[in-house]
Amino acid sequence: MGKKLTIFLFLLPSLVGLVLFSIIPIGTSLYLSLTEWDVIGGPPKFHGLKNYVQILQSEEMGRILGNTLYFIVLYIPLILTVSILVALLLNNPYKGIGIYRTIYYVPVLTSWVAAALLWKWLLNARYGAVNAILGWFGIQGPSWLQDKAWAMPGVVLSSIWKDMGYFSLIFLAGLQGIDKTYYEAAEIDGASSFAKFRYITLPLVTPTLFFVMVICIINSFQLFPQVMVMTEGGPGGATQVFVERIYNYAFRYYKMGYAASLSWILFAFIFVATIIQLRMQKRWVHYDS
Amino acid sequence: MKNLKRFMVLSLLLVLCLSFTAFAQVVTIDFLNFSSSGDNEVHLEKMREIFEAQNPNIKVNIQTIGYGDYFVRLMTSVVAGTAPDAFELNFENFAAYAMKGTIMPLEELMEKTGFDTSVSDPNALAAFRSDGKQYGLPFSFSNVIVLYNKDLFDQANVPYPNSDWTWADQLDAAIKIRALGEDIFGIFQPIQFHEFYKVVRQNGGRLFNADMTKFTVNTPENVETLQYMVDRVQKYNVMPTEEQLSGMGDWDLFAAGRLGMLVTGSWAFPYMMENCDFDWDIAVEPGNTAKATHFFANGLVINKDTDKAEAAFEWIKFLSTSKEAAEIRVQAGWELPAVTHQEILDLYAATTPPESKSVIFESLQYLVTPPVIEQFGELSDILGRHLGDARDGFVTPQEALDAAQAELESRITL
Repeated sequence: MGKKLTIFLFLLPSLVGLVLFSIIPIGTSLYLSLTEWDVIGGPPKFHGLKNYVQILQSEEMGRILGNTLYFIVLYIPLILTVSILVALLLNNPYKGIGIYRTIYYVPVLTSWVAAALLWKWLLNARYGAVNAILGWFGIQGPSWLQDKAWAMPGVVLSSIWKDMGYFSLIFLAGLQGIDKTYYEAAEIDGASSFAKFRYITLPLVTPTLFFVMVICIINSFQLFPQVMVMTEGGPGGATQVFVERIYNYAFRYYKMGYAASLSWILFAFIFVATIIQLRMQKRWVHYDS
Repeated sequence: MKNLKRFMVLSLLLVLCLSFTAFAQVVTIDFLNFSSSGDNEVHLEKMREIFEAQNPNIKVNIQTIGYGDYFVRLMTSVVAGTAPDAFELNFENFAAYAMKGTIMPLEELMEKTGFDTSVSDPNALAAFRSDGKQYGLPFSFSNVIVLYNKDLFDQANVPYPNSDWTWADQLDAAIKIRALGEDIFGIFQPIQFHEFYKVVRQNGGRLFNADMTKFTVNTPENVETLQYMVDRVQKYNVMPTEEQLSGMGDWDLFAAGRLGMLVTGSWAFPYMMENCDFDWDIAVEPGNTAKATHFFANGLVINKDTDKAEAAFEWIKFLSTSKEAAEIRVQAGWELPAVTHQEILDLYAATTPPESKSVIFESLQYLVTPPVIEQFGELSDILGRHLGDARDGFVTPQEALDAAQAELESRITL
């Protein structure tokens, strides 16, 4: 008894935090999602699943999903490729490699608001660095954030820059966990460096790849600060995504119940996407045992 | 000895009692506002000093929050039951707060204190009525006029705009000014909800039917209006496209001397005085078949649950109607006080540039207020998205407004 009490007392601080800041808010938001609540006009009114029905029938839902998918389709292949390449570079025993590793990690530490403001200017159609660089190759750059088709790619570019350091660090750890003897054996057999990458590095890095993909998909669904600062969902709703909508419904349109339902729908999407990935992993992830 | 002691205890008690009652008489009220954030906090502070000197029994605790965070902050404090005794609301949010019963009707307090309504600007006062009840007092108001660059008009050899101008005159001038150079534009008038509900009125259109029960967004008049606005960008290019603008603000474009006319608010004056090194003036907005000009107001309201309503009312009354507050406001160039004191209006008119300050008051004859509906933010976002689609040439004005009409009907409860 005394021992249990001691354990409980030691757990108490983190339990209080968990209950107060996670469990209770989660429960409350589940309840709110079944209500209509305009926040300033009295307590929430229960009205069952109406919010969910409304959201799923709305045209907006299609747009949000489309935009999110557009982001995922551009972001996932790019971030995987770029961060593996960077990790391969950073895995070399150059002199002062630590400095490079630090430099690549700096964007991760930057606040998203500052980074997004910077990218807003980099992507400026007339005066931005991105279009200036494209101009050297004779390419007339689009007016990124003002163009419906190019706004999301602009957001993707900034996200790649920001997240690259983080994921290449994870890949770097994955690469360094590969047993050197495989490479030695391959070298003795006369394998080219591409062959070594294709048949040793890539298969053995799949557990890391899997982890990164799960995280990336979750992050993609939760896309928010860059959109809020760079485009505010525009132009013409071309960058409207889940969290941006949740924020607007809750704090600008005074529809807290609707926003809560939308966040549970977001949760459902992330949950299903992650389950699917977990099921699929048997087919392509190799654990080195 | 014993008597003396008794006397001393008694007198001490008396003093204590007296000081308690004196304490009890001093009421401290909390006041939350956004419009002084930035440069005008010092001016609000000055108003408070004068008020507290005049009302020794009331202390005001001012809290200022920037516009961007203001409504989230206010909303959370209302939910938490810690809303300030008095606070500021802009016209667009006022409706929601009044309809939800979060703020107090002021009639009783106005009657009790013998409030003289003739001191308030009638339009501004009317803006804070809802369901026939006065819920707020106007803090300040502002309207939208056409700022124009006299130098560019001279160069293009076009007469300056006047109050009789129509859309056609304005377009004509804009085309001539645009011809002055690749980087010089004729006019800028944002194509978004806040402009649109007014510009349609200049063409005899409306976004709602008369009793505000139905949307009438895609009527022929409105389609024609949007066509006119879009043509200025796409067809004549007298107004820069989003790409040509490239994130440059419209005020900066004007201040850089690259814009002939700018449709914007009177709140731009301090900025233009500071940043324009050319001659500029203002004119009433042109109309097509009718005249219509913007009217914006910020109001002062009282929390329904406060137990210091009377003190709070004294404070908002002072801010809204006193000569002292109005004078500070005018001297600071901090929007327009919503009062009718003649000397204050004279003082305002005498502060130049712009030279034609009277235009501000002339514009008031044609004023339109933003539509008062609960789902204001949502309406503005939905319509804005479709207007943007038309502006950027993705759809025709007809298609944009048809789509907007359909979406608004399904999303907004009138």
